[in-house]
Amino acid sequence: MTATPEKTETAVDLVSVTIDGIQVSVPKDTLVIRAAEQVGVQIPRFCDHPLLEPVGACRQCLVDIPDAGNGRGFPKPQASCTLPVAEGMVVNTQASSPVADKAQQGVMEFLLVNHPLDCPVCDKGGECPLQNQAMSNGRGESRFQTSGSGGVKRTFPKPINLSPQVLLDRERCIVCQRCTRFAEEIPGDPFISLIERGAQQQIGIAEGAPFLSYFAGNTIQICPVGALTSESYRFRSRPFDLVSSPSVAEHDACGAAIRVDHRRGKVMRRLAGNDPLVNEEWITDKDRFAFTYAVQPDRLAYPQVRDRVEDGGDGSLRPASWPEAFAVAARGLHAAGASAVLTGGRVTAEDAYAYAKFARIALGTNDVDFRARPLSAEETAFLGAEVVLRRTVEYADLETASTVVLVGLEPEDEAGTIFLRLRKASKQGLRVLAIAPFATRGLGKMAGTLIATAPGAEAAALDALLGHADYGIDASAIILVGERLATSPGALSAASSLAAKSGARLAWVPRRAGDRGALEAGCLPTLLPGGRPVADAAARVDVATSWGVGSLPETPGRDADAIVAALIAGELGALVVAGVDPADTSDPAATRAAIDAASFVVALELRETEVTRAADVVSPVAPTTDKAGTFVTWEGRPRPFEAVLHNPASLPDLRILAGIAEELAALGQGSSLGFRTVPEARAEMAEIGPWDGARATMAATASGAPAAAPSGPGVALSTWKQLLDLGSMQVGDPYLAATARTAVAKVSRSVYDAVGPTVTLSGDRGSMTLPAEITDLPDDVVWVPANSSGGGVLADLASPGSRVTVKGAEA
Amino acid sequence: MAEPQSEGKTLKEQFWDPVAGFGVTFRTMFKKVVTEQYPFEKLPTAPRFHGRHQLNRWPDGLEKCIGCELCAWACPADAIYVEGASNVDGEGDDSGRFSPGERYGRVYQINYLRCILCGLCIEACPTRALTMTNEYELADTNRADLIYEKSDLLAPLLPGMVQPPHAMLLADDAEDYYRGQYAAPAPEAGQ
Repeated sequence: MTATPEKTETAVDLVSVTIDGIQVSVPKDTLVIRAAEQVGVQIPRFCDHPLLEPVGACRQCLVDIPDAGNGRGFPKPQASCTLPVAEGMVVNTQASSPVADKAQQGVMEFLLVNHPLDCPVCDKGGECPLQNQAMSNGRGESRFQTSGSGGVKRTFPKPINLSPQVLLDRERCIVCQRCTRFAEEIPGDPFISLIERGAQQQIGIAEGAPFLSYFAGNTIQICPVGALTSESYRFRSRPFDLVSSPSVAEHDACGAAIRVDHRRGKVMRRLAGNDPLVNEEWITDKDRFAFTYAVQPDRLAYPQVRDRVEDGGDGSLRPASWPEAFAVAARGLHAAGASAVLTGGRVTAEDAYAYAKFARIALGTNDVDFRARPLSAEETAFLGAEVVLRRTVEYADLETASTVVLVGLEPEDEAGTIFLRLRKASKQGLRVLAIAPFATRGLGKMAGTLIATAPGAEAAALDALLGHADYGIDASAIILVGERLATSPGALSAASSLAAKSGARLAWVPRRAGDRGALEAGCLPTLLPGGRPVADAAARVDVATSWGVGSLPETPGRDADAIVAALIAGELGALVVAGVDPADTSDPAATRAAIDAASFVVALELRETEVTRAADVVSPVAPTTDKAGTFVTWEGRPRPFEAVLHNPASLPDLRILAGIAEELAALGQGSSLGFRTVPEARAEMAEIGPWDGARATMAATASGAPAAAPSGPGVALSTWKQLLDLGSMQVGDPYLAATARTAVAKVSRSVYDAVGPTVTLSGDRGSMTLPAEITDLPDDVVWVPANSSGGGVLADLASPGSRVTVKGAEA
Repeated sequence: MAEPQSEGKTLKEQFWDPVAGFGVTFRTMFKKVVTEQYPFEKLPTAPRFHGRHQLNRWPDGLEKCIGCELCAWACPADAIYVEGASNVDGEGDDSGRFSPGERYGRVYQINYLRCILCGLCIEACPTRALTMTNEYELADTNRADLIYEKSDLLAPLLPGMVQPPHAMLLADDAEDYYRGQYAAPAPEAGQ
């Protein structure tokens, strides 16, 4: 019992202070400004932010301290945001002390001396701390209007660009340094800083070094005046005519809380929500600015069906009603025979559940896969054994772990919220180990250590970690494996066995918001909803009983790659496909060929894509703003959200699948889904619940000798997607796109010296030409961003880990 | 309790009162007529009557409205809808300057089905762009036409005004417009 001391809250030292005559006990080292909040006194402040280090820059929070705890008081008012409490301290704020009130009014008067009176045109007007606190803690009239220089304020030329997205109105700035402190402390991108002196003091950037941070948008939100504004939102609306709805970011698997501000059915902007358990108060710029994809002109507005040539049509798509689209889809699926489902990784958990159920009871198959990216059978086994239903690691655990090992994961690009947590934790002593080909800038910001590993050698690197002299890990460590590890044979098995042997906790971090939810909902050929293994008869009976059907298909289905192969081979007739971009899949050419080869394709898509152009029935689906749903984060944490906009014309995927299933049932195939709305689907998912029986185990796949890293001429290709690239969910905001990192091929110095500043990479699927950049890489590895140029690396170059040749490019 | 009606009435009540009311009629026949012959004859309103709104212009023709939406915020009937946009100096696509300063009202709508003509909007306006005229004939045969657009509300171009978009003609700085520190309108523009 006593061997493992209970991890209780260590008894915190409480300090008693008297604030405005009210005695309060707060933990030691609490700042006076926070202690005052506990007695219900709001001291005005600008520079103070609970997640940033105290600095005392704006001086707005002055309070009177007649007794500092030692019997003597401070002779002058003190800044309460930098002053920790002391036992017996007596604090009088503006609520009870005329001295503090006068001091605050004086500071406010100084802050307003040069602040322009352009509140009517300022984007912050209406939600501005300066505006509000000037009313609550300022003088009604300024004494600077008529004296001295005749009331003329210092002016600067109007806004300058700190980055293509972030604008600075220098005359509005009160030099509180929230933005510079954020940039330095939180993401570690100190590209902005104070320059000049005196009245000319301002925020600035170095020449030619714009504020290109993936998290720059947060500075706009925390700016207490309207000095920082964004190009995308400038002058678009005022805060008082916006309706704010909480939601969840749909761009990555981090589940960041966001606030969607909309007006008249149009999303105007998105802000970070405040969720201390997940994203604290920060989101990536992609979560903040990439929302215009849903209002592009290529958004599908109505269902379409193809007038097939064999039926006497001209072979083109024509608009159709919903009932007709459901009926045509059902007839086509019924006639085509064996069908498969590819859901893509963007659907909500409820929609994923509908796809999983649709495949099982309407199509009678286990051929359903959510993975629209390179995958492996090993990954399928890993997901069933080590990921589904597991909730071993949470964001807070990243801060208490001793070591975090990153494999196949570049958090800054692929999971921004994890990156910020790791960076925060690394400042408190967390050791970050990255198994990657080179040390990225993000790793440097986390003060991480690189274990240089060529693509394909991750398994060996993981095996070597156990008992390693320098990097040995133990039970207090956390291993974060990225979805990219599926392309490295043996690596997921190695991670699993490393976790088992060392006791370290293991978590799988996908890139897309819907991946984990789809996994839990059963969009995998080997898993039924709730993590029930298809191979387990008891699990099948459990689900079949719950669904009220006689039996479920018994054989594990095909994964996405096998579905593609079976479609080309003619073993499968029809395909239901949603949100899959062929360029993302393991073999883009094969996926395109499979969609052409399929005798019948039902596409559920938001916007017109090459898949919808080839499909026989196209159903427009609701974007995340138009429907309720749940994203499951990489931790396994459900993040439900409600519809932001109410658009009766856009239906969630599950309503469309329900319609098709009902038509199929009328044709005598399968049965209806039993739900038509998101609440009904949620109720059914809650009723089924998680599987409490035996779990699938991970067969020791080729643990002895993982397929030797392909050797041969050329260099190994390493690649991942940068946060901002050519992704289809980032279109529509040119300012955001301009902040993306440029596409460069990272090569070692010797390769650079040999082939020059521009290189042409050639692989088995084509070639691409990019500027080269010297990086500390092994000589036989080259890195390129996966989707920052052309049609993407998978389509234009080669699969990750394979060999490519590097040549100097002419011109 | 009921008594015959004539019982208890005085002579005055019986004979004078029934015809006394006609005296008012006869007297009024010789007084000035108060009936307004609207719509054939229209009388001027009180000078500060709250009638239809008007979006005013600076003497060079630039709009005073900066699209700040304070009028929409003040409106108790939610009758005003405004969208702002940036003024763009120089040539190019969708460039143009419609008001001094950085921002102008790209969309301005007042819904006279909702407007109660209370005048809170014109009190909120920081640039005196929005004022009310004495025009009170706000009726129409359909609802859609009672949503007045910016083009319906803008004041007419007076002599000396130039149709925006154009550059600031009175001063180089928007602040000078607001302070009234500008020269008289350019005389050659209108004549």
